[in-house]
Amino acid sequence: MLSYEVVIIGGGPAGLAAAIAARESGCERVLVIERDDRLGGILNQCIHNGFGLHTFKEELTGPEYAARYEDRAQELGVEFCLGSMVIDVSSDLVVHAVSPERGVYGVQAGAVVLAMGCRERPRGALGIPGYRPAGIYTAGTAQRLVNMEGQMPGREVVILGSGDIGLIMARRMTLEGAHVACVAELMPYSGGLKRNIVQCLDDYGIPLLLSHTVTRIEGRKRVEAVWIAKVDEQRRPIPGTEVRYACDTLMLSVGLLPENELSREAGVELSPVTRGPVVDESLQTSVPGIFACGNVLHVHDLVDYVSQEADAAGRCAAHYALGQRSADVQADEAAEAQRALCLEAGNGVRYTVPSTIAPARMDERLTVRFRVDNVYRDRFVSVFVGDERIMHRKKRVLAPGEMEEVVLRRADLLERVDAGHIVIRLEEE
Amino acid sequence: MAREERELICINCPLGCPLVVTLEDGVVQSVTGNTCKRGDAYGRKEVTSPTRIVTSSVPVDGSARDRMVSVKTATDIPKDKIFDVMSALEGVRLSAPVAIGDVVVANVAGTGVDVVATRRA
Repeated sequence: MLSYEVVIIGGGPAGLAAAIAARESGCERVLVIERDDRLGGILNQCIHNGFGLHTFKEELTGPEYAARYEDRAQELGVEFCLGSMVIDVSSDLVVHAVSPERGVYGVQAGAVVLAMGCRERPRGALGIPGYRPAGIYTAGTAQRLVNMEGQMPGREVVILGSGDIGLIMARRMTLEGAHVACVAELMPYSGGLKRNIVQCLDDYGIPLLLSHTVTRIEGRKRVEAVWIAKVDEQRRPIPGTEVRYACDTLMLSVGLLPENELSREAGVELSPVTRGPVVDESLQTSVPGIFACGNVLHVHDLVDYVSQEADAAGRCAAHYALGQRSADVQADEAAEAQRALCLEAGNGVRYTVPSTIAPARMDERLTVRFRVDNVYRDRFVSVFVGDERIMHRKKRVLAPGEMEEVVLRRADLLERVDAGHIVIRLEEE
Repeated sequence: MAREERELICINCPLGCPLVVTLEDGVVQSVTGNTCKRGDAYGRKEVTSPTRIVTSSVPVDGSARDRMVSVKTATDIPKDKIFDVMSALEGVRLSAPVAIGDVVVANVAGTGVDVVATRRA
């Protein structure tokens, strides 16, 4: 059986950054297994600009951002298996994959990094009545068709859901000559980034209908029209508010789901909120030696943050594989390893990543990422360790579509490890 | 004197800072709400001469892997020239090999800005 120190599942932005970090942390043999015939993952179809401002201090398109990571990984001698689909990861860190050239093959890993990303919530998950005509696409599928295959999915478009890909596609379709009638959003706020509402909808006069949803799809062979209604506070359509939009295409941008079939099979504990693995301060899952990062862990809105998170996962996986983790902090660990603080999502916060922190094992600083559960103005983000508030920071605007973060210091947590838990919550003052 | 306040969302990066630009007789007096100097520059420019980077993709011949190559304007161009740039890209076909940064259309739509490739093919 092949053997590698770190095996990374997925060659998108998370997988590439994790691979680079694993090599830079001293692992000689690092393998990335990717099911597509190219690296870069979803970045290949994200041809718009806005990537890399944090990482490279310049504004890149998706393919350019991916190319930088791909080049760096190649330089460092990371190995790749493309066109290879992982079918199984076991809790003793054996990865099985299948590819046309190799057939089914197994790889023994010293550590595994899960970087499989996410997929789009499909029409079937929405329960919109009507036939199943052609012309209904998830926004990401449409994005691939237009940007990579050179095919236009339709000419008269309605978009349901205001996730970032839907907003980006509203602009893209308009630039390619289609007419986008509107973007309907079930919630009273957009799930996408503010900047995308400005530069993808406002710039082109495309209306964003908040608290609206599609109630009916007309057409047997091809979409002929969709009906859009206002919804009440319980998100139920309000009778009498339906408006018919004649169109040939309905695009769905209604959420992303981390792709965790492999994780589940491996026995990795998943969070019901993020639908990604529950991880500790080193982004290690409940299965020792299996780490997770990027959209498979929780859905991100910025690739720069994916890269940062994956860098940490790659480093921690390398340390695990090389046995440095126990060597470095053996003395501490004996006494402290079991002493972890549980991280809890308090008032206004949906979830946090990670879920536990063992201060003795964490770096000097640790970034905790979280999302809020509604749109808030002028709130304080507060961090409590036990009953003691150790951080209190004012934010003008917080929204579910924008991931937030706090940076915790090791020293602050070490001296309070007896408190048992950390709570991140929003406060009015 | 006509004093005017305009609220904008900065689009320079995904942080999307809420800006308030104060104008007097059409002249920018101040920008607040930004968290970096790019935000200040954006606020001033957006109320006087707004610009955007345009991205698209064009077909490529002779590549085993790619049918399309993604492209962008090398820098931002005036907002009212966006559709002129798109028209200029109609009918453009590339031949592999293509490198990132290769000029696809020089001085597109008279903007003085080149359209360049953003993908290898």
